[in-house]
Amino acid sequence: MSNHDNGHEATTDVALRDTTGPDRFENPGHPEHHPRLGDTDPKANKKAERQVVFLFTISILGTLAFIVAYFAFPPGETPETMRRSNITLGLSMAFALLGIGTAAVHWAKSLMNDHEKSEDRHALRSDDATRETAVAVLKEGAEDSAIGRRGVLKVSMIGALALFPLSIVLPLIGNIGEDWDVSKFKRTMWRKGLKLTTDPDGRPIKASDVTIGSVFHVIPEGLHEEPHPLDEKAKSVVLLVRLAPEDLKEAPNRKGWSYNGIVAYSKICTHVGCPVALYEQQTHHLLCPCHQSTFDVADGAKVVFGPAKRPLPQLPITVDDEGYLVAQSDFHEPIGPSFWERLK
Amino acid sequence: MKALAARRHDRRAPVVLLLLALLLTGGLYAVLAPASADAAPKTASTDDIAAGEKLFQANCATCHGPSAAGTASGPSLIGVGAAAVDFQVGTGRMPAQMSGPQIEAKPVQFDDEQISQLAAYVASLGVGPAIPTDEQVDPALGDPANGMALFRTNCAMCHNAVGAGGALSQGKFAPKLWETSPRHLYEAMLTGPQSMPVFNDANITPEGKRDIIAFIDQQGDTAPGGMTLGALGPVSEGLWAWVVGIGLLIGAAVWIGAKSS
Amino acid sequence: MTTTTSTPTRTARAAAGTADYLDQRTGIGVAVKTFARKIFPDHWSFLLGEIALYSFITILISGVFLTMFFVPSMNETVYNGPWPTMQGVEMSEAFASTLRLSFEVRGGLLMRQIHHWAALIFMAAIVTHMMRIFFTGAFRKPRELNWVVGFTLLILGLAAGFSGYSLPDDVLSGNGLRITDGVVRAIPIIGSYMSYFIFGGEFPGQDLIPRLFTVHVLLVPGLILALIGLHLFFVVLHKHTQFPGSGRTNSNVVGYPVFPVYTAKAGGYFFIVFGVIALMGATMSINPVWNYGPFDPSPVSAGAQPDWYMLFLEGSLRLMPGAAEIVIAGFTIPLNVIIPAMIVPGVLFTLLAAYPFVEALATGDKREHHILDRPRNRPFRTAFGVSLLVAFFILVLAGSNDLIATHFHLSINDITWTFRVLLFLGPWFAFYITKRICLGLQRKDRELVLHGHETGRIVRFASGEYIEVHKPLDAHERWLRVQHDAIRPLEIEPAEDSRGVRRKGYRADRIRQRLSEMFYEDRIDPVTPAELAAAHSHGEHDVLEPAGAHGELTGAVGGGQHFVAPTDETHPEKRNR
Repeated sequence: MSNHDNGHEATTDVALRDTTGPDRFENPGHPEHHPRLGDTDPKANKKAERQVVFLFTISILGTLAFIVAYFAFPPGETPETMRRSNITLGLSMAFALLGIGTAAVHWAKSLMNDHEKSEDRHALRSDDATRETAVAVLKEGAEDSAIGRRGVLKVSMIGALALFPLSIVLPLIGNIGEDWDVSKFKRTMWRKGLKLTTDPDGRPIKASDVTIGSVFHVIPEGLHEEPHPLDEKAKSVVLLVRLAPEDLKEAPNRKGWSYNGIVAYSKICTHVGCPVALYEQQTHHLLCPCHQSTFDVADGAKVVFGPAKRPLPQLPITVDDEGYLVAQSDFHEPIGPSFWERLK
Repeated sequence: MKALAARRHDRRAPVVLLLLALLLTGGLYAVLAPASADAAPKTASTDDIAAGEKLFQANCATCHGPSAAGTASGPSLIGVGAAAVDFQVGTGRMPAQMSGPQIEAKPVQFDDEQISQLAAYVASLGVGPAIPTDEQVDPALGDPANGMALFRTNCAMCHNAVGAGGALSQGKFAPKLWETSPRHLYEAMLTGPQSMPVFNDANITPEGKRDIIAFIDQQGDTAPGGMTLGALGPVSEGLWAWVVGIGLLIGAAVWIGAKSS
Repeated sequence: MTTTTSTPTRTARAAAGTADYLDQRTGIGVAVKTFARKIFPDHWSFLLGEIALYSFITILISGVFLTMFFVPSMNETVYNGPWPTMQGVEMSEAFASTLRLSFEVRGGLLMRQIHHWAALIFMAAIVTHMMRIFFTGAFRKPRELNWVVGFTLLILGLAAGFSGYSLPDDVLSGNGLRITDGVVRAIPIIGSYMSYFIFGGEFPGQDLIPRLFTVHVLLVPGLILALIGLHLFFVVLHKHTQFPGSGRTNSNVVGYPVFPVYTAKAGGYFFIVFGVIALMGATMSINPVWNYGPFDPSPVSAGAQPDWYMLFLEGSLRLMPGAAEIVIAGFTIPLNVIIPAMIVPGVLFTLLAAYPFVEALATGDKREHHILDRPRNRPFRTAFGVSLLVAFFILVLAGSNDLIATHFHLSINDITWTFRVLLFLGPWFAFYITKRICLGLQRKDRELVLHGHETGRIVRFASGEYIEVHKPLDAHERWLRVQHDAIRPLEIEPAEDSRGVRRKGYRADRIRQRLSEMFYEDRIDPVTPAELAAAHSHGEHDVLEPAGAHGELTGAVGGGQHFVAPTDETHPEKRNR
């Protein structure tokens, strides 16, 4: 018996040991077949059959139980009744399925013929005659079409086929990005005088309400009246924190951006845009739960750990005549994750 | 369908009415509450304050200073209010036993009376948030839907979507909320213990806090879909898919592939 | 069974009639003759791919159910159903319909949970199946193309999963989409436009859920179905590989016929897979979107992670330090996103997809292989696979670092730093250890073949010397340990021919040889009959003379102190470290 059937491509450049030479052991051939208990003992055989029947019966009972559960246990109105419905339906279904599965497998294993059979393999490669015929057929076809000689025809055909998809792609690309105005990334709805309100209920925030150690999640006033409130919210959410004056470090050019120790930073991470919202009161650190970028609110929201590079953009704020916090302007830089033309 | 809808309305009507009434009382309370919260609790007698001071000197003064003005190892307690004391001592966090990334809850060291005495003493040192009344923290009076909305925006990023807890930086963590009593939940929001920010009544109204408590009260082990798997999200689901799903299926595959005896 | 052959029963006549009808119109007889008794080899690990197939069928069945109730729309609506914490909450119709089909449709929650568990199992089964293919070398000629088909199925599975779990429009998956937006925007030059392309304008827009729905229920499943068809066609065409063993050769396939044994086993296994998934759907809650709430760009919850198969990307993003973001000529290139979210998976997947071709190049092996390798016999491949898995696993763990932190009371910052280091050291370490283990196991195989099993019987000779009697392996036991090829690194023609002219292509050959050395420098050759005979004759105190028949050595061997020296373990002219 040959152990390894060499492919038709010879292995010229690999130093393999001769696979059939005398320095190889011989394949000892199929091992002896050991009969199962059920092959020799009719009683065991009968028992296995009964087991298979039993498993199929379980499946039938499972399906019946499912039907009963469907009518007897509606999902109802409470988590308990929903859970009861789900569990009874699911378990009976599992029994119905597992009954069939185990019965079939047990049948195959214990009752069907377990003598291993051997089948020959054949190399996949077609023989040389077939290959030659295939090449000849292709050649004949090519000659019939005369594609080789008619160059212009070939070019025009390729051109037509290559250009045609444009008629589908063009309207798709044209419309799929709506107006394609990517400069929207650089603006938010914040503007001078717009009130800071609480998220989600939209109550305006008085500067005096922001005590040291508290954190407010903020949306701009009138967000829900915008044509696309979620799109606007995705850019304009802000975190409002008040720090003790001795804790707050401010860059000289941002001195006027805070009010009485109250600072407002964009809540959208400069890494990939998760809401950065875990404010640790004692360390003044803001942590992003998605990728753990950590920003120091006391120091210009600079990155102290994690995959973000840039500080969170700061929203310049002040108070209006009634003492409510308002924005001085929009952010002075695009909020959120970096993109190619961000600084342009 | 109509009959069903009508019946549903019928059944809910009293509940809605009750809710409205409660919201009204809650609202009234909110108007009146600051006045009462600013004063020391009425029940606190001078005896309580004196007893509280004794307990304070014996158990707390080492870190917080003999006059509770704070030392290098503990912050000043002047103006933290009774709520902070009730939370910190009532959850066993105080007195702290060892230093670590954060001071964790442990078995409570004082009985209720001692805690109220300590709270009375600290409250007498300066004006601060008072211990909420039972009505303020009663989950049955809150609206869990509004509670969930508030929780989602203000709390879920640290405590997980349903309060299963989560990690903070440098070994700190936001604890699981399911075993915390409603009063302690309220006090934690009001006083902002350790890393947690303060959510004063202008930020989350007293009703809002109660709504949050009502939402937390509904979380726990009963999920409509079966076991909650810790309510930790896709990571624990993935783990169980591998352990239970692939585990059982490979077990079945081994059974199918094994020769029958 | 009919009792008599002359008068067939009514059923038999009907069956014959149907068969005749079909065959006259389809020629199905040929197919039945060819395939009904086709042989498939039996091994539990050959069922891993079937788990993937059957969980996919489960996904299709439950998925069709879900489409009947799911509304793929981002239009706002107000919830008014049984779930208390959602009463009166504004949400998209997608989210509202997910709640409705979970809470109000009878069996809807079960179907949804079955669908999601099946998806997790589908991906897990693909990965385990792929591991089996990889470690046993089943991807070798002629199956390289089928490896590529399978690899494409893996990628499509990722796409199916991602587009699916984002459909309910909840806070958790919404933040996943936001991360996707952030990653897409990081692409140089066209990033912003790609983001608009996907979301139909700014994130989140109004278009994404309907678009994902089409991708999820039409595009990706269509491709998966087509490729599964191709995948299985290849399996039938190539015939299944088999593990080495007595009687199994490269030119036969030993096992059981499709009909009836595999019809019953594989058919039964489908029901078992579906049943286990139903069991999970019945008892274990999955993706409870009502816990997360309807999507809103402001909130986020602790434990913000994707399903397990995307977790490695999450981990990769978490590990990358931020300093990598650079600005060149005013243009921002966020390498802190590009590297972890595009280059890392790119490298991982390219290595995976290209491996069969790289190995074929390195070994120069152009033969067909139908006998699987035992992983120990290919130390480089096994070690390489393990190191790739270790890198993947470290990224998965890094993606779960917040849960590791809370459950083991560790600092998230320390964990991140540890994984940053481990990502570079772990795979090398795993490679080294695995290779050593493989070589060790091969040595053990040699040892066993040469000296047999220890019997624990001590014999004392007249001279006073003690030896332990070893029981030789029988031919079947031995065959398993000696059947594999002894493979050496490529030998190439010298750089210059006999006249000293430098030949073309030497440099390419040299690179190939280097690669080949990497694969096969360290190796243990299988025992040859000559070596076994030598080991026997070395033993001066053989208890029994080898009883030889056709060079087959079945005699007992005394080993005692006479172990084969290490230098004999490989061919003497070849290096061995």
